[in-house]
Amino acid sequence: MQLIRDGKIAEDRFVKILDDSPIPDDVPVVVPAERYLANAEEFDRRTSPTGVLWPNNRRISELAPHLDHVATVALQFPTFRDGRAYSQARQLREQYGFRGELRATGHVLRDQFLFMSRAGFDSYEVSKPADVDAFKEATARYSVFYQPTGDGRALAATSRLARSRSSSIELERSSVVPALLLRS
Amino acid sequence: MYRQDEFDQTFLAERVAEFRDQVGRRLAGALTEDEFRPLRLMNGVYLQLHAYMLRVGIPYGTLSSAQMRVLAHIARRYDRGYGHFTTRQNIQYNWIKLEEMPDVLADLSLVGLHGIQTSGNCVRNVTTDQWAGVALDEIEDPRLWGEIIRQHTTLHPEFSFLPRKFKIAITAAPHDRAAIAVHDIGLRLYRNDAGETGFEVMVGGGLGRTPFLAKTIKPFLHKRDILSYIEAVLRVYNQFGRRDNIYKARIKILVHDLGAEAFAKEVEAEWQPIKDGSLALDPVAVADIASRFIYPDYEKLENNPPELTAAKARDRAFAIWYENSVAAHKVPGYSIVTISLKPVGIPPGDATAEQMDIVADLADRYGFGEIRVGHEQNLVLPHIAQRDLLAVWEVLNKAELATPNVNLASDIIACPGLDYCSLANARSIPVALELTKRFRDMERTRGLGRLHINISGCINACGHHHVGHIGLLGVEKNGEEFYQITLAGRADEKAQLGQLLGPAVAYDKIADTIEQIVSVYVDLRERDDEIFIDTVQRVGIDAFKERIYATH
Repeated sequence: MQLIRDGKIAEDRFVKILDDSPIPDDVPVVVPAERYLANAEEFDRRTSPTGVLWPNNRRISELAPHLDHVATVALQFPTFRDGRAYSQARQLREQYGFRGELRATGHVLRDQFLFMSRAGFDSYEVSKPADVDAFKEATARYSVFYQPTGDGRALAATSRLARSRSSSIELERSSVVPALLLRS
Repeated sequence: MYRQDEFDQTFLAERVAEFRDQVGRRLAGALTEDEFRPLRLMNGVYLQLHAYMLRVGIPYGTLSSAQMRVLAHIARRYDRGYGHFTTRQNIQYNWIKLEEMPDVLADLSLVGLHGIQTSGNCVRNVTTDQWAGVALDEIEDPRLWGEIIRQHTTLHPEFSFLPRKFKIAITAAPHDRAAIAVHDIGLRLYRNDAGETGFEVMVGGGLGRTPFLAKTIKPFLHKRDILSYIEAVLRVYNQFGRRDNIYKARIKILVHDLGAEAFAKEVEAEWQPIKDGSLALDPVAVADIASRFIYPDYEKLENNPPELTAAKARDRAFAIWYENSVAAHKVPGYSIVTISLKPVGIPPGDATAEQMDIVADLADRYGFGEIRVGHEQNLVLPHIAQRDLLAVWEVLNKAELATPNVNLASDIIACPGLDYCSLANARSIPVALELTKRFRDMERTRGLGRLHINISGCINACGHHHVGHIGLLGVEKNGEEFYQITLAGRADEKAQLGQLLGPAVAYDKIADTIEQIVSVYVDLRERDDEIFIDTVQRVGIDAFKERIYATH
């Protein structure tokens, strides 16, 4: 597994502790939601950062009161077809104002990078080594976006209103169509 | 007609480039079929029994003549010379090679067409009344809202991996021609007592294995809130819809399991924090989209011009077609023409490249260059001057596009069935073809009045059998094809699901059984103009059951 963070290959400073092993105080850790919620005060007293691995079938509102103390939220894609974590990501960023690291884990593939980035993820545990190099290309593939998600990308609707009406061109491009038909 | 702009064009070019890259990776083996499937599905590419199938979206069923010509071109160059118009106002091509798929999409993108979100577990093509903008009974053109929702849901990053597909339909007329009650979200645009227009929001309708009619969760929603409210519905569904069982993954199951009231509460809780945010519609942005809908520059004309009256008196075939296929237009002197894609012997909804070109030419010459596709799998020329009807009919008639059977027994809705589809249990098209033969005597068929026969080749109900006046569902029993029959379904403003008539009937008996049902109706009807569904409603299904199964 390779980590991409803020668009670049990055060292994963977090250690995942998914069993009942003791938590070292001086190492950034990611722990499961259950364990974190059961010992939140203890975790919040730690000097090094704490991350939470949050399941995709648990309401994000349960984590909301703790977000000031959490450095990283790792959301889960058990398969890339399971899109629940996209909603959780947007809720964390847009409703609860979470500014920490939002990490995509599980089945994380290049064709999902753009969706994930638009939903608010800024770090990715990439499943396939070959996809790591494609990150930049995959997230820069589109320049037109139709819906606001809080990611700050310029929207078609806004750009439309900003441009002068006279530059609008029609798609009834009669010169193109006959040329196309000649080929058939 | 909606005029796309440079943003839509850039977006489509980017999409084609992305798909070309994905197909390349698949052909090179860098993507497994499992990983490629959702990517191709999001571009409308299915793998069917014999080949890849491409479904091209026709947003809210509106096409320009230029777009229709490109559809004809695709049929000719990349397919076998024809295409199939579907019950969701789309067109499908059944024989396109995967290697050529990016080129097909590139050609389509030149006129703003694509296959984006015509399949996959995302928000599908938004459908509406095929008479939008011209219907006499409409409050306002629902396509504006179709376009706003279409744009908003295009490559929506949060809702591209929903539990299952998601379909939205809009009607703006009291007579619902968009079948909103059988959609995941059905929107009814209406004017409330305060004189304000807004939406009644219904959710959880659908056919398939577990059919439900949609339930109203918001009796009146202000237009400015339409996107935020849809976002809230989708967010609830995305998080809580079932993903463990494909047959229970549609929103209708969630709405049913939670109850409409509890579901509405969840939506309300998601909606309140976002309703005044960036999704609240800005009237300027709405006006901008509205300004790109082009409306015809109609002439000032009178209804029933002398040319029309004379033509009807002179030519009986024309007069019959006029009675059947021509509807009133909101502008005097104009008519709405329905083009039947159901001639005898042709699979319902199929059109050849030549026919598509002919329709495009007619649209250009007589109809302001505009064409519609209806969910009944017919085409529509929405603005034909009444004085031109005879000329239009003559061309259509020559091209086998003027069968006067709109809304009659041979105007059958059918899915592709076992002839093409990998999900089907039984054939649909041969049953439809046999029935069109049985009802080829138009005198008799006209005498039967309005009668919708809908055929699905499997439980997924693409042929909308639950809402046919007569519905046929193909099932497989010990390797043989049987058909369950339901009666009295309908998808309009009085939507209801058909009731089961009795045990399924074998393939070779089905056409006879339908004929029998029709003769029972003729016996039982009170007057010649009591239509089939009203008779079934009045006498009850048992009166049919007794007579049909007594003879078996």
